[in-house]
Amino acid sequence: MTAPKFMGYRRENGRVGIRNNVLILPLDDLSNSASEKVSNNVKGTMVIPHAYGRLQFGEDLDLFFRTLIGTGANPNVAAVIVIGIEPEWTNTVVEGIAKTGKPVTGFAIERHGEHETVRAASWKGMEYVQWATELQREECSMDELVISVKCGESDTTSGLASNPSIGNVVDRMVEMGATVMFGETSEITGGEDIVKERAATPEAGEAFYKIWSDYNQFILDQGVDLSGSQPTKGNITGGLTTIEEKALGNIQKIGKKSKYVGALHPAEAPTGKGLWFMDTSSAAAEAITLWGAGGSVLHLFPTGQGNIVGNPIVPVIKVSANPVTCETMSEHIDIDLSGILRREMDLDDAGDALMEMMERTVKGRMTKAEVLGHVEYVLTKLYRSA
Amino acid sequence: MVKFLVHDKVDSVGVAVADIKAGETVKGYIMEEGTEIEVVSKSDILLGHKIALKDVAQGDNIIKYNVPIGITTQDITVGEHVHIHNLKTARW
Repeated sequence: MTAPKFMGYRRENGRVGIRNNVLILPLDDLSNSASEKVSNNVKGTMVIPHAYGRLQFGEDLDLFFRTLIGTGANPNVAAVIVIGIEPEWTNTVVEGIAKTGKPVTGFAIERHGEHETVRAASWKGMEYVQWATELQREECSMDELVISVKCGESDTTSGLASNPSIGNVVDRMVEMGATVMFGETSEITGGEDIVKERAATPEAGEAFYKIWSDYNQFILDQGVDLSGSQPTKGNITGGLTTIEEKALGNIQKIGKKSKYVGALHPAEAPTGKGLWFMDTSSAAAEAITLWGAGGSVLHLFPTGQGNIVGNPIVPVIKVSANPVTCETMSEHIDIDLSGILRREMDLDDAGDALMEMMERTVKGRMTKAEVLGHVEYVLTKLYRSA
Repeated sequence: MVKFLVHDKVDSVGVAVADIKAGETVKGYIMEEGTEIEVVSKSDILLGHKIALKDVAQGDNIIKYNVPIGITTQDITVGEHVHIHNLKTARW
């Protein structure tokens, strides 16, 4: 399949973005206030406040840095201002983002105070916004894109229609040479053997299976189970009964043909094209934040009962096949696939509609989540801070 | 009008794609085969919920997508609503 061309933002490292954000990125919870003040002073910036960044350690700290650096490095970001309470960790994030070659500057609040930090960062922010808004889109190809897929508030219509429609598009994108990430570790429970078999190599299958079984063991070690969480109350209202049923619907999203080439740690960037599994939570905002940090520039999100998630840097295209959701929540649903349930539309028709909406979105059309201002940015925390 | 869809011909349940009333004779479509079947519903079944297509004894698997999705907690007969009151996960 020939990859369609579109006008996108080619960044300093050659990676292709579809949006042109100037980020104000707080290092830690304490720096949210200064970051929001800078964003208020400088129009055209995107601030992403979050709850962490203090006294984390070990693997949890590694994930924290990988997520913040990955967010700044994402090709949908033109330039970044990092504001932290102290200079050392601030510089760790700045230096990580700077490897992409994009403009990035850090500001530390200690020894300067918030007023002075806001003043200095606002001047730099103004410079970045005026520079970024003069960048021109140039010809890029859809196979240069990195995208991600995940469903939310699923019901049985997800497994019947909206998830296999995403799968139809995943097969097309992988075939044309694009990079696609899926994940949701706990939500594969019941379909783990099927997913293991869909690996391109035995190593990739084993790597996935180890991640899945380690997390399953972690759940069991808590002496509890996921009843009440997986499936969610919304899933159950929509007709899903068990985690196995939910998982089998979930994995329709990886298509019928595509085989994944590797398993990624949370927020880790793929090292090549094709389909990749990433170890993520099944909670929508956490997962999309991790894929954004891994380089995803566009997310496809099927929903049954109506999850309304968005992300500050990754546009989310939302589709549903539940006619009640499409009718009562139409301001959230970019594509109505309920025709599949009425057999007025098949999966190839749905795939065509999705490809068309993707092309319009990568060219600049804002998704409904973007227009509504959904900017959920949620860091995954592995354990308590020290 | 087709009121439920079935993923695979061996599945023991179908999924309502419109609200179904108890006592209604409803037509379903098996997606894998492209064939139709008919069942008399024993329950009111909302859109998205499952209808039994086979008699399944307590403790047996319910099959959907040609794969077990859980274990029945009571005997189920054709036409009944299948959900959390008579089906549970085999995982925990």
